Amino acid sequence: MSFIEVNNVWKHYGDNVVLERVNTNVNKGEFITIVGTSGCGKTTFLNMLLGTESPTRGTILMDGTPIPAEPDADRGIVFQKYSVFPHLTALQNVILAREFEGARVLGKLFGKSRQLAKQQAQEMLSLVGLEHAQTKYPHELSGGMQQRLAIAQALMKQPKVLLLDEPFGALDPGIRADMHQLILDIWQKTGVTIFMITHDLKEGFYLGTRLWVFDKLRHDSQAPNAYGATITFDIPVGHTERSTLNEIDAALSQQTALA
Amino acid sequence: MKRLLNIQPGLLGKVLLGALPFLLTLIFYVWVSDARLSVNPNDKLMPAFSSFVHAIHTLAFEPSVRTGEYLFWADTLASLKRLFTGVGIAALAGMILGLVNGAIPIVRANLSPYITVLSLIPPMAILPILFIVFGLDELSKVMLIVIGITPFIIRDLQARTLELPHEQLIKAQTLGASTWQVMLRVLLPQILPRLIEGIRLSLGPAWLFLIAAEAIAAQDGLGYRIFLVRRYLSMDIILPYVVWITLLAFTTDWILRKLSVRAFPWFHAQSRGH
Repeated sequence: MSFIEVNNVWKHYGDNVVLERVNTNVNKGEFITIVGTSGCGKTTFLNMLLGTESPTRGTILMDGTPIPAEPDADRGIVFQKYSVFPHLTALQNVILAREFEGARVLGKLFGKSRQLAKQQAQEMLSLVGLEHAQTKYPHELSGGMQQRLAIAQALMKQPKVLLLDEPFGALDPGIRADMHQLILDIWQKTGVTIFMITHDLKEGFYLGTRLWVFDKLRHDSQAPNAYGATITFDIPVGHTERSTLNEIDAALSQQTALA
Repeated sequence: MKRLLNIQPGLLGKVLLGALPFLLTLIFYVWVSDARLSVNPNDKLMPAFSSFVHAIHTLAFEPSVRTGEYLFWADTLASLKRLFTGVGIAALAGMILGLVNGAIPIVRANLSPYITVLSLIPPMAILPILFIVFGLDELSKVMLIVIGITPFIIRDLQARTLELPHEQLIKAQTLGASTWQVMLRVLLPQILPRLIEGIRLSLGPAWLFLIAAEAIAAQDGLGYRIFLVRRYLSMDIILPYVVWITLLAFTTDWILRKLSVRAFPWFHAQSRGH
């Protein structure tokens, strides 16, 4: 049995079919990068893994049970923006996960348990290279540092799955390279299963173990919403021929040109 | 020559330009007052500054012949007590209801239309009801302020809560937070600075309701005094009282602003960025 099983998943919004016949399996510890044109349903798919949206038809199983219809601590998330809490310092942002766990009523830890949580949070911050920014508020951090913080925050709960929704889309190219290194390090150290949406195909090929391309197989120019997208390419990264990359690139840019 | 919209006043220029309207008003008053007084030394409409000083000196530093109180300070204390009690209750109720409304969809569906309708009732129209129900003493005056500004604060904070990025709520849930914890640790701290903004906006209406209530039924208070001495055309008391009320309102607003900047640096850094 695979860790995550996606069985014939469809997603409609009224007459608008976003995803159709998505079938795939994912093993523990895989790092999947997802590319596709905008509006191809890749974010919808990620949201279904997250639990904020549910399939119209079909099932998504994790460890054999359907993914619940609300987010929980099994699946961590980093968005492109707004992933960290602006009113808390970097350290407080990371400690928060422990406080939710250990203080159901007050939501705040005190004394010895706080010291322990603080120590863990500090270790997490140094894992992502933010040990010197503990007391800073998010608005005092650069975009790259904010994303590092968001990753550290998500990892505190040791989620089974880490979902990344274009996490580096708003960053400068130089910073992006650092972030790639960071996420690969973390993936190797923790063995967490990662799904990452990106619109940078090269990023998709460089990171991870598997690349998915979401695209529509059928088109009806009279009714562009009649058919949904599905996974059209499922390629193990590292064994890819140049020609395949060009083919996908061409398909994606053609889509963009049409849109 | 630069375009007008590109010319920035310097620091001194700003101070001078800002002071100018005050100065002109003062000069205009003194000029017209002098002109009127030279024609009729008993003119009560625009008294000279010496009359202001005399009137306020009597009220503030000499005990009242009738009660032995220092009326100016007794009035100020009575009014501020009513104002702050009313605004305090309204802020607390507004914060709790605004937060719960903003955070929980079924509560919002339940309460939001009701509060919207309540907020449209003109509070002054129900002042007689308040006098009948709560009597003529302190409670009805405080209640007028509470009823007058609470619906606004609730609606404002509900909107501010809904404005917070949805991503934050999802992130908190992936960190294991319950509904209560999301409200307590994520939403509440972020709406506190917005509550202070809401209170600052409500202070104007709060003063309005206070003075209206005091004018109709009270034994002390700034509004009571103004409406009392109106019968004797005592502009020498009314005008300094109006200036004093303005000063109190300005000071309250200034303190709240400073407090917010000090307590919520992350909020003010954010709103500057926008």
